[in-house]
Amino acid sequence: MSNLSPLNQDLLLNQVNDEINNRGFVVAKLDSLVNWARTGSLWPMTFGLACCAVEMMQTAASRYDLDRFGLIFRPSPRQSDVMIVAGTLTNKMAPALRKVYDQMAEPRYVISMGSCANGGGYYHYSYSVVRGCDRIVPVDVYVPGCPPTAEALLYGVLLLQRKIKRTGKYSR
Amino acid sequence: MEFCCCKEKLKEPVNIVDNMIQDLEAQAKYIQENFSEAKVVEPINYGNLIIYVTSENIVNFLKFLRDDQNLSFKVLLDVFGADMIGVRNPRFEVIYNLLSLKLNNRITVKVALNEGEEVQTASTVFESAGWFEREAFDMYGIVFKGHTDLRRILTDYGFEGHPLRKDFPLTGYKEVRYDEDQKRVVYEPVKLMQEFRNFDFEMPWNGTKYVLPGDEKTTKS
Repeated sequence: MSNLSPLNQDLLLNQVNDEINNRGFVVAKLDSLVNWARTGSLWPMTFGLACCAVEMMQTAASRYDLDRFGLIFRPSPRQSDVMIVAGTLTNKMAPALRKVYDQMAEPRYVISMGSCANGGGYYHYSYSVVRGCDRIVPVDVYVPGCPPTAEALLYGVLLLQRKIKRTGKYSR
Repeated sequence: MEFCCCKEKLKEPVNIVDNMIQDLEAQAKYIQENFSEAKVVEPINYGNLIIYVTSENIVNFLKFLRDDQNLSFKVLLDVFGADMIGVRNPRFEVIYNLLSLKLNNRITVKVALNEGEEVQTASTVFESAGWFEREAFDMYGIVFKGHTDLRRILTDYGFEGHPLRKDFPLTGYKEVRYDEDQKRVVYEPVKLMQEFRNFDFEMPWNGTKYVLPGDEKTTKS
């Protein structure tokens, strides 16, 4: 990661540290501060639907370690900021998925993981599968693959962080 | 004869293998002698005995297979349906797979059914038949008489039709979408965004029956 990257947290922290040492206070835009906080603590909803969920677990496990980006899986939608739709979304599951999404607090984000969640994938013509989870919930980031590798999902998470940095607004 | 440490004579081991009907031909003969309504499919292929019975006899036959001391097919592994439309008449089959731990052998029992015909539930003989029969009902619409809770098990709530029937369209009839105005997931008739594509998995080096795209350049006519 380059020093100029907006995701370089060390750079930001060093700047803040320097300013406090020099002047005793720090001035920042509230939006930037809030976005910084949000991107640093994106808590995902544990929502595994199929085999993609196993790859999601890999991303969270020690090798790729989502924790270092501040992503900690939560068992409740009320504590979550992002929902990773990992796997095939069936017609029967669709109302439940929407209910979980509705229970999440604003601001909320959705990562669609894998071909099935993106557009039905292998089951596109099936009688029982939703042709893309964007028919049910608004999606921020689509991660392609069947299943996507752990790196791919991690990249999707980083893209979401970048999107929040770019477009996030603080409003009450 | 060997002696153990307490100098008592060990019991002669009973040769149970000789008492069992390991041979499938003998097994088929034994079943037909003791249950005359059973029809064994000949020849016996792949080391698997297949037996047809009528829907009236199925419960008694399963009871016989379970309780007969020489057979004791005590485990019901699976119950499922099959749709043989255009291949066999009657159209449907209900297939029971049983396992005998005693014989270390499996057996397949089939019941042929026409559309609308019902079969007696096996859940009175094997408890595990309950959910298997629900699945067969869900997928093929086969009704099991006497089943205490014959609901759908896999498909969506309020689903119409039986998806594993050969005359059921692959894409079904309904699809779901979240409606922003009604604030709920709604069902609509299927509208495919992309035409159905029929993929051809014929291996080109096995010789296809048509000219592959691009191949017409190589053949000079």
